Amino acid sequence: MAAPPAQNKIVRWIDHRLPIFAFMQHELNEYPTPKNLSYWWNFGSLAGIMLVIMIVTGVFLAMHYTPHVDYAFDSVERIMRDVNYGWLMRYVHMNGASFFFIVTYIHIFRGLYYGSYKEPRELLWMLGVVILLLMMATAFMGYVLPWGQMSFWGATVITNLFSAIPVVGQSIVTWLWGGFAIDNPTLNRFYSLHYLLPFVIVAVVGLHLVALHQHGSNNPLGIDRKGPQDSIPFHPYYTVKDMFGLGVFLIVFSVFVFYVPNLIGTDPQNYVRANPLQTPPEIVPEWYYLPFYAMLRSVPDILFIPAKLAGVIALFASIFILFFLPWIDSSKVRSARFRPIYKWVFWLLVIDCFVLGYIGAHRPEGWYVIVGRVATLYYFLHFFLMWLIGKIERPLPLPTSISAAVTAKGGGRMAPAGSRPMEKP
Amino acid sequence: MADTAQPKPMGAHTSDSASRRDFLTIAASAVAGVGAAVAVWPLIDSMEPAKDTLALSTTEVDLGPVQVGQRLTVKWQGKPVFIDHRPEGEIKAAQEVDINTLRDPEPDSARVKKPEWLVVIGVCTHLGCVPLGQRPTDQRGQYGGWFCPCHGSQYDTAGRIRQGPAPRNLDLPRYQFTSDTAIKIG
Repeated sequence: MAAPPAQNKIVRWIDHRLPIFAFMQHELNEYPTPKNLSYWWNFGSLAGIMLVIMIVTGVFLAMHYTPHVDYAFDSVERIMRDVNYGWLMRYVHMNGASFFFIVTYIHIFRGLYYGSYKEPRELLWMLGVVILLLMMATAFMGYVLPWGQMSFWGATVITNLFSAIPVVGQSIVTWLWGGFAIDNPTLNRFYSLHYLLPFVIVAVVGLHLVALHQHGSNNPLGIDRKGPQDSIPFHPYYTVKDMFGLGVFLIVFSVFVFYVPNLIGTDPQNYVRANPLQTPPEIVPEWYYLPFYAMLRSVPDILFIPAKLAGVIALFASIFILFFLPWIDSSKVRSARFRPIYKWVFWLLVIDCFVLGYIGAHRPEGWYVIVGRVATLYYFLHFFLMWLIGKIERPLPLPTSISAAVTAKGGGRMAPAGSRPMEKP
Repeated sequence: MADTAQPKPMGAHTSDSASRRDFLTIAASAVAGVGAAVAVWPLIDSMEPAKDTLALSTTEVDLGPVQVGQRLTVKWQGKPVFIDHRPEGEIKAAQEVDINTLRDPEPDSARVKKPEWLVVIGVCTHLGCVPLGQRPTDQRGQYGGWFCPCHGSQYDTAGRIRQGPAPRNLDLPRYQFTSDTAIKIG
């Protein structure tokens, strides 16, 4: 896979002036990738493809949507009934949000398990957290646009989070609303920002990829590549693997879009037009916010901090703490495969997030409150444990190289890839 | 690919296995290409007129109040339709033209259902402007029909192009008389 000089004269002419082909050659054909990446490494590219799907369907939906309180709900129903394939575009966009979060969450937990946030990939990780925050803001504002009951009351609740800020809170909320309640000015600015932020995400994803390509992908062993015997070119090996993963993913996605489009896509209450005078009996956010929503509701009064403010602090802290993860984790070993204690604590965090999600979907009364508080506390305790375990844990011996580990497992049935003629002549 | 029954040692790459790889690459790319095209089609199709837009494709007009010599503009499918209650003079002028001298030869009888009612789409066939002539104070050009202010096309009292860059006579909408004094356009 050495870079063949471009044969085509036009390609050479362009490349001399705008090195776009050389860039692709370098970042795809030559880009060395650890040869032991598992399917958990598919989810980054899946998230990228979801971003593209969301932007494309969103751009076409925007051609039919009217951002006005009197017309928004009807224009969405018109998309569903009258616009050619409008139902398809909306269901893809609506379920796409959920699936974008599914693949992103898996991507994040994969990074947590294999220590992908550790030196030298701290900024790569932090850019990822920025993307997560932008995604949450974008998804929230997108959910307001259909102007159903959940749109309206979800927007009311979330924007009111800022009223917890002492002294200036209420002024900030009024500023966010552009009025004294969620109304047309709010809908207009949310629409504007919902169109803008995805492109900001594209830009940050670009930086995320620049940071990734600086040191290359981490891998299930968490050890550095030591030479060419440890890596294979990204193209065609991982492009093919990513495409295969995409095929499987799209099958699952299609099942939801075509057979159960409203199962995780939206709440039935959102097919009721927004009514500023009537809150629906139960406000439940989209599933991807549930763990954070649970924390918001769980925190009690703490000393002089009222529960309202404490809940908001917990909500934001639960994400912002991720920025500091590279320095909280005191272990030098990346992959949990070689960390006998952390491996189990990681799964406790996964379970804790599911518990929080479950609590977030239920009314905070009775034992739900207790479990919610314990789970919230444990979420933050996890980060203390990450620091503590790194200090006391004895990691298992690391393999000497990726190649050594791979061939040892392969049992010598196959010769090392480097010695075999893998390419076409 | 009939020779797959005979196992070959791994790594023995012959020209046969190379062509097999080519086949797989081309087949996979073709399927992906068709898949992408199928996925793109709904997006393109969504830009076509929606069903509610198509449902607005007829306009009913009551001609009763329209006086002789009066011209009326109605909106049909987002476009102006000119209805002219032609006086005798206009009808005569339209009928007496030698159609062989016209750019788009059509007799007056082919452009009306009843001679006193001319119904044309009020969009200049040059580049889509709305010609003047609906109001009595408007310029109507030297043929007494319509005058397009954009590039000077002139239409006669049957809406036929007589002078200027427009290639065709003013288009006729599909319409029918639902009674003596009412029409349904579309």
